Order: sequence, then C-alpha cells, then structure tokens
Amino acid sequence: MVWVIIKAVVIFTWALITVLYITLLERKESALIQDRIGANRAEVLGLRLNGLFQPFADALKMFFKEDYIPPFVDRPFYLAAPILSLVFALVPIGAIPLADKLSIDGREFSISVIGSNVGLVLILSLLSLGIYGVVLGGYGSRNKYGLVGGMRATAQVISYEVALGLSLVGVLLVYPSLNLNEIVYMQNRYVLGGWVPLWGIILQPLAAILFLIAGMAENKRVPFDLPEGESEIIGYFLEYSGMKFGMFFVADFVEVLLLAALFTTFFLGGYNPPYLFQDGFHFPWGGALLLSPVWIRVIQFITFNIKLWIVVWFLLLVRWTYPRYRFDQLMDLGWKNLIPLSILNIIITAGIMAVIK
Amino acid sequence: MKLFWEAIKGLGITARHLIVNLWKFSLYYVGLSRDKGVVTVEYPEERRETFPRVRLRHRLLRREDGRLRCVACFMCATACPAECIYIEAEEDPDHPLEKRPRQFLIDLGKCAYCGFCVEACPEDAIRMDVHIPELAEYERDNLIYDIEKLTKK
Ligand code: SF4
Ligand code: SF4
Repeated sequence: MVWVIIKAVVIFTWALITVLYITLLERKESALIQDRIGANRAEVLGLRLNGLFQPFADALKMFFKEDYIPPFVDRPFYLAAPILSLVFALVPIGAIPLADKLSIDGREFSISVIGSNVGLVLILSLLSLGIYGVVLGGYGSRNKYGLVGGMRATAQVISYEVALGLSLVGVLLVYPSLNLNEIVYMQNRYVLGGWVPLWGIILQPLAAILFLIAGMAENKRVPFDLPEGESEIIGYFLEYSGMKFGMFFVADFVEVLLLAALFTTFFLGGYNPPYLFQDGFHFPWGGALLLSPVWIRVIQFITFNIKLWIVVWFLLLVRWTYPRYRFDQLMDLGWKNLIPLSILNIIITAGIMAVIK
Repeated sequence: MKLFWEAIKGLGITARHLIVNLWKFSLYYVGLSRDKGVVTVEYPEERRETFPRVRLRHRLLRREDGRLRCVACFMCATACPAECIYIEAEEDPDHPLEKRPRQFLIDLGKCAYCGFCVEACPEDAIRMDVHIPELAEYERDNLIYDIEKLTKK
C-alpha cells in the first residue's frame, strides 16, 4: 500500500512536470514554425535560459488569477467538471508501464501505479469517462454556447472512441494480451537477422495512423477543436476562469501526454530501446553489453521519455499545421473513413494471422 | 488520396520552418552566428529603426535666451484636425510687444500624430520626436502634456 502511494506520487509528479514542459514545447514549437522566438522572459535568479522557467510562471499566474463563479451556474456540476476532466485524463497515465517490472527480494514491483492485467481495457474505459467533465462543464455553466460546446464534444469523442478502439483491436490480434507490459515484451522481438524490431508501427502501420488520428480527435485540439472553437462558439469552458479554467487547460495537455504515451506503448516498442533484453544489450552486429537490472530500468525510463517527446513533438507539429475541420467533415472522417478502414485493418490482420497459424 | 498527400506536404512545410529556424536560432543563441532566422524583435533590448517619416510626441523649443519660441499665435491649434491643442495666451512681461503661452496643453490621447501643428507653426516652436516611441501611461490624464512636459529634455 505504502509503495503504491509512493509510486503514485512519483509518477504523477513526473507526469505533471512533463505536462508543464509540453506546454513550453507547444509555445516554442509554434513560435518557431511561425518564425517567432516564443516566450523567453521568465527569469529565475537572473537566469533566463531562453524561457526554460516559463511553465512555472504560467502556473503561478493561473493560481493567482481571479476565480469568478457566475451566479447563474449549476454549482455542483460546475465545480465538479474541471476536476473530473483532469482526473480522468491523469489516472490512465498511472496504468502505463514506464519501465520493466523490477523484482527485489523475490517481490515484483511494476513501474506504473496500476500494474493491472487488463491495462488496455482500463485505459479505454477511463478515457471515455473523461467526456463527463466536458459535458458537465457545458451543462453546468447554464450557457447555451457552453452547452453547444459540450454537445459537440460528446458527439466527437463518442464517434472517435469507436475508431480508437477498433484500431487497437488490430494491435491486440498481433500482440494477444491486454497487459500493457506484455504487449511491450512482445514488441521486443526482432526479424530480418535480428535488425528490425517487431514494433506495432511496423506490423500495424495502418492501425498506427488510425490510432493517431482518432487519438487527436479525442484530444479535442486543433484540427479537431470544435468543442472549444475559440473563434466561434468558445466552447464548454466558456464560464470558467482562474484555476478552474486552468484545470481544463492542463487536462488538455495531460491528454496529449497520454496519447503520446499510449502511442509509444502500442506502436513504438514501449520503454524498450532497440536491442535491449532482460540482461542488457545484444546487438545484431554481434556485440553485447550486459547491465544490472536497475540500470536497465533507468535506461528504459529514459528511452520511454525520449520516444514520448518525439511523439509529442509530432502531435504539436500536426496541431500547428492544419486548420480546423467543419463539423460534418469531422463526422465524415470519423464514420466514413476511419471506422471502415479500421475494420478493414482488423479483417486483413486476422486473415494474415490465420494464414500464418 | 490526393488530399492525404497534400496533408503530408503541409506537415513538411511546418517541419522545415521549425528545423531551419531552430538551427539558425540555436547558432545565434550560442553566439556562432549573427543571423537570428526569426523575425522577432526583442523589444526593450532590441529596437527596430523607425521609418524616416514617423512622428511621435511633441516638443516645444526654446530660444537662445531660454524663453519659449512659441508666441501663442494659435496657428497650430487652428490647424490641428483633432482639436487637441489648448492654448491660453498672456503678455510677456519682459517684452511688452510679445505674447507667450500661459498654458499650452496637448492631449496626446486625442492627437492623430499628423504633424500639421509642426508645419503650421510660423516660429518653428513646436516639433515632433522621430525615434522615442515610449508614450504609454497608466491614466489618460497623464497623456495631457503641459509646457513643463513638452519642454523636458
Ligand atoms: S500632430 Fe496633428 S493632431 Fe497632433 S497636435 Fe499636431 S496637428 Fe494636432
Ligand atoms: S503655431 Fe507655433 S507659435 Fe503659434 S501657438 Fe502653435 S506652437 Fe506657438
């Protein structure tokens, strides 16, 4: 029990710090894409480091802003919404393995808060619960624009949930397990003379693309940001200010982190760098580098972070490249393209698996 | 399918901007190159050169003996399209034939920075800055400049 609490504190701290720096990356990356520099004024002890402390300044600003609750809102729903949205975005991160299991004195520690055997189902179900925060936010604000934002979010997330789930079925056919750790193990096999790892993105390229698109739509960020729709309907957090808005805002970025972590786990070989096995590196060109178990965990954690940041970088690049979809186009993309394609992917994968067997 | 290809091309464009700017700015940041690569002007430290025809806040000039050049002829106040110049005239006690302004107010909040006052002045008593853009104030009333502020160096 104590261990779970310690793990929870450490891992969620890691997650929140990563999220803070994702906001910084977003600001910097968008700036460079648009030929700007980006925030670089935050100063700690005379050190600017080109904006490295900016996220903390942002967080501090969020805390000290006036938190105004409009008199007409439905208080219980209004107050619960931001918390729900943040919690349901944050909890699934606890189910993602950040490194391999570690056995100390014959006891096994999983390097994730919830070392569940059905991690994948858990994550998917928590993801769909996240919509409650958004809907209740829109409903509890007693504001029609907010409500429209909430309804749009519901329609969007529910449609893309289907595509998200179906694209993962293809992955499940190839790596038959619901335990995320085992999915990662099974990706750590090599073909073509031991050179090419059997990562999800190599065995299931179509599923990878579908998962990424559906995941971005779940994220409710540009190009799928209709629930927020800054330019027209202002969206479900219309009546929120101060830290309550901050929670919605952070929940957005936590979802980016979650999507990137899931993509890493399912398609990029999870925490394993290429050629790392239980006892150390075995390179295909013949060398080997044996390491102690703890060092292996450290390397795995670092690798996970590197892969995560690459995916986050890509997600932000997409976010700053495309304009927004129209709502009917969004539904078209979801129901007429992504879902048929993911079903096709399942059929083809299942056929190939049957032939191989 | 064509759409898909175009989408990939779009990603390529943003990625190119990102990488080129990152490379150039990193070199600039560590001091290896003078080309910043980005268009940002980091304002308080860096200033853009003002354009030659730019006109900013007003100055009242003095004669060699220290008196204001202004003779309170109201030409500038008449020429001003924004009607933001307010002048009160009085007799100059030392030079009985001349007028001088007792009060000379310019409301820079209303001013259109057109420069007509400068052109209208027969005494070359009023001129405008060309490269000090800091005019911001916390209160509008502070934007009403009197003689003291207008003559300050
Ligand atoms: S610059 Fe133009 S608007 Fe401003 S005080 Fe002179 S005449 Fe009036
Ligand atoms: S036109 Fe020149 S001299 Fe006449 S009132 Fe204006 S500033 Fe003074």
